[in-house]
Amino acid sequence: MTATPQSPASTHRAVDAYTAAQQAQDAAAGHGARTFRIWRGADGNGEFRDYTTEAIDGMVVLDAVQQIQAEQANDLAVRWNCKAGKCGSCSAEINGKPRLMCMTRLDELPADEPVSVEPMRAFPHLRDLVTDVSWNFRVKPTITRFTPRPPDAPDGTWRIDQEDVDRVQEFRKCIECFLCQDVCHVLRDHHKHDEFIGPRFLVYAAALEMHPLDTADRTAQLREEHGIGYCNITKCCTKVCPEHITITDNAIIPLKERVVDEFFDPLKALVRLVRGKRR
Amino acid sequence: MSELQTIVHDVLVIGAGGAGLRAAIEAASRGAKVGVVCKSLLGKAHTVMAEGGMAAAMANVDDRDNWRVHFADTMRGGQYLNNWRMAELHAKEAPERVKELEKWGALFDRTKDGRILQRNFGGHRYPRLAHVGDRTGLEMIRTLQDHGIHEGLDVHMEYTVVTLLHDGERIAGALAYDRERGRFRVFRAKAVVLATGGIGRAFSISSNSWEYTGDGHALAYLAGAALQDMEFVQFHPTGMIWPPSVRGILVTEGVRGEGGVLRNRDGKRFMFENIPDNYKSQTADNEEEGWRYTQGDKDARRPPELLTRDHVARMIVREVKEGRGSPHGGVYLDISWIKDKIPNAAEHIRKKLPSMYHQFKQLANIDITKEPMEIGPTTHYVMGGIRVDGDTQMSTVPGLFACGECAAGLHGANRLGGNSLSDLLVFGKRAGEYAAEFARTRGDVTLDDAEIDAGMQYALAPFERGAGAEGAYQVQDALQSTMQDLVGIVRAQHEMEQALEELEVLKQRAEKVGVPGNREYNPGWHTALDLRNLLIVSEAIARSALARKESRGGHFRDDYPEKDPAFATFNHVVRRRDDGTMELARESIAPLPAELAAIIEEMK
Repeated sequence: MTATPQSPASTHRAVDAYTAAQQAQDAAAGHGARTFRIWRGADGNGEFRDYTTEAIDGMVVLDAVQQIQAEQANDLAVRWNCKAGKCGSCSAEINGKPRLMCMTRLDELPADEPVSVEPMRAFPHLRDLVTDVSWNFRVKPTITRFTPRPPDAPDGTWRIDQEDVDRVQEFRKCIECFLCQDVCHVLRDHHKHDEFIGPRFLVYAAALEMHPLDTADRTAQLREEHGIGYCNITKCCTKVCPEHITITDNAIIPLKERVVDEFFDPLKALVRLVRGKRR
Repeated sequence: MSELQTIVHDVLVIGAGGAGLRAAIEAASRGAKVGVVCKSLLGKAHTVMAEGGMAAAMANVDDRDNWRVHFADTMRGGQYLNNWRMAELHAKEAPERVKELEKWGALFDRTKDGRILQRNFGGHRYPRLAHVGDRTGLEMIRTLQDHGIHEGLDVHMEYTVVTLLHDGERIAGALAYDRERGRFRVFRAKAVVLATGGIGRAFSISSNSWEYTGDGHALAYLAGAALQDMEFVQFHPTGMIWPPSVRGILVTEGVRGEGGVLRNRDGKRFMFENIPDNYKSQTADNEEEGWRYTQGDKDARRPPELLTRDHVARMIVREVKEGRGSPHGGVYLDISWIKDKIPNAAEHIRKKLPSMYHQFKQLANIDITKEPMEIGPTTHYVMGGIRVDGDTQMSTVPGLFACGECAAGLHGANRLGGNSLSDLLVFGKRAGEYAAEFARTRGDVTLDDAEIDAGMQYALAPFERGAGAEGAYQVQDALQSTMQDLVGIVRAQHEMEQALEELEVLKQRAEKVGVPGNREYNPGWHTALDLRNLLIVSEAIARSALARKESRGGHFRDDYPEKDPAFATFNHVVRRRDDGTMELARESIAPLPAELAAIIEEMK
């Protein structure tokens, strides 16, 4: 039997009680005008332009940029996806510091001065807040891919201790926001993009080198093609990482030690001489 | 169009989330020349946000689990509107797909004897979700990405597809533009796989990224394919609600899987109050038993917080509507209480739920190890999508395949948590396999210049109307309010009729929006073009929901609050008529084979 309708038809536009409760809360939140000094322009040319918009309690910089985009500047270019700190798309320099726009709350920035928002400086500028980060996507395939040992069990699976998983989880948290690349002076100031892969890809190499199943050896590559020697461990990358990965101490320094062990240990050098140059 | 660059592939995959990448890897492994087109940078797709895990009956934690139980759970969760063939294939093939991911470098949390650990989740009888803390989606997409870049895929990042192209009845490729420079590109292909994800941006409160504008749904619809089950939208019960700017951001179901409980303003665990009959035998009737379940006691039944998402979301709305909500219009989700139960609870929570800890600390000044979270429902997933063949994933248009969230069938009226990531892998692989096969066995395609010209003209029209016309953001905002307020969690006939009227007006407004500036990385332009897709999926949702005069799964009607057996025998399907209007029809569900029917009966 088909059920019968229980409420009469009406043309009245009613917001349900749930939505109404949410809307009432928005209205009750603290408001106040804030000024944003946003970089506008294309292909490296541009200028800061000021926009004033209404800020609500708890707002992040990306909210303000989107509000300005919707209300005042429809063509304001900004790259973003998840707005939850998980995809690493909305990287920018906020008050001069490399950060994710979606995870930077307005109430942690000085209230009495404009908030400046500009594109990352280590990559070619495209438009407004957007840069060309494609270099990063060309670097990654140059690193020897994951090469697992043969499976441990007849059904093709492996046995791994949780402890060994935990050891590399820190590196695998990386969301590829490239803020570490942006702040690295080897890339930002010295433009060594052709000779140095940058902190992001040293973390990537470390994740592979320390993967419990991986059998490849990337030390020769790190030294010769990937320029690990350029890093002089100033730790700027660690400071800006939104995932709090201890990039320098936990990834880069151990890799540097492997390179040293491999290439400057007299015994290993002898072995290398006898066996020929490693690939 | 001599200045237009044409790029030729055997198989073109549109979308680079879990399903798209898995499809592309599979097609390439079978010798096809594969192109991937995606709106974002590689590795940023919505899959990255999946938290809880992927469901696969590997039986690593509870040896009573097997594909038959997983199949029965999926069908029960979907209220038997599922494409049973897909539910069967999914349950059988998911374990192999998870193991394959490990072979490609994914690192899952482990059991004590070193195998892949599995966790509890809503609607799954046994612990079944392979996971990495609460960032399983990131692990999955990075694994597929890092494997895929060595497999010879031709990846075109930050491209938007304007229209699919035809060679007669058959799909022949796509017209797209690159978002960075605004240049058009023609992709010619013998087979096209849509893997574009969902439609969450049609609603104001959503856990979905900006990409979820129903592109694949709309492109397929416009190309002549059928959309199915569009009335079934999943509202995830636990989204953040405060402060306003974070409203909708997902709080993983894993919080409840780890022992988190829901309480109203009075501290009461209201989920015990109303347990649906078909879940009563599997659900704990006291708090102590529920806790034991989350701690792995095989004799305990699951707590009511882990009932299906549709039910939990409605119970939360009821608490708020009846005045027992939390201060910001939701209810409390509390994991901190486990400190009464286990030592080092704070450390345990931070380890099991690291991104939830971080998210609340950073965005809401809440320490979830010490205090409860405030949460409420958020638009999360669309069960409906492109109607496909269960084995091959081909749509009703030859050469056009679909997989992942943009395809319909597996989940029926409601998706179980954890069945999405496994869906992406199982049917991504199948779509890639059969698209490659289709491309290999069919002849080449010829493109139609007139179709390409029309597509470009359509895409450029907003510039001709210029900055003087209404902007796209206003129309998008109005559309989201219409859907949120009138076709949301609780629906009624007169509201949906009103929504359809409002959508007609919005269509006219969308045809008149203008865009300032030029074609280079212009978000106003991108938003203007998204409107067409959002309007198509919104209309499909409203029409299908209006016609389903019952409540089932993700679809709840205030005016028809009960399930009606008369609606259990068919799926709603929408197609585009020749005059451009939308036609709604019923398609009967094929009878279950005796073997599968017996499994369902046995597991009841």
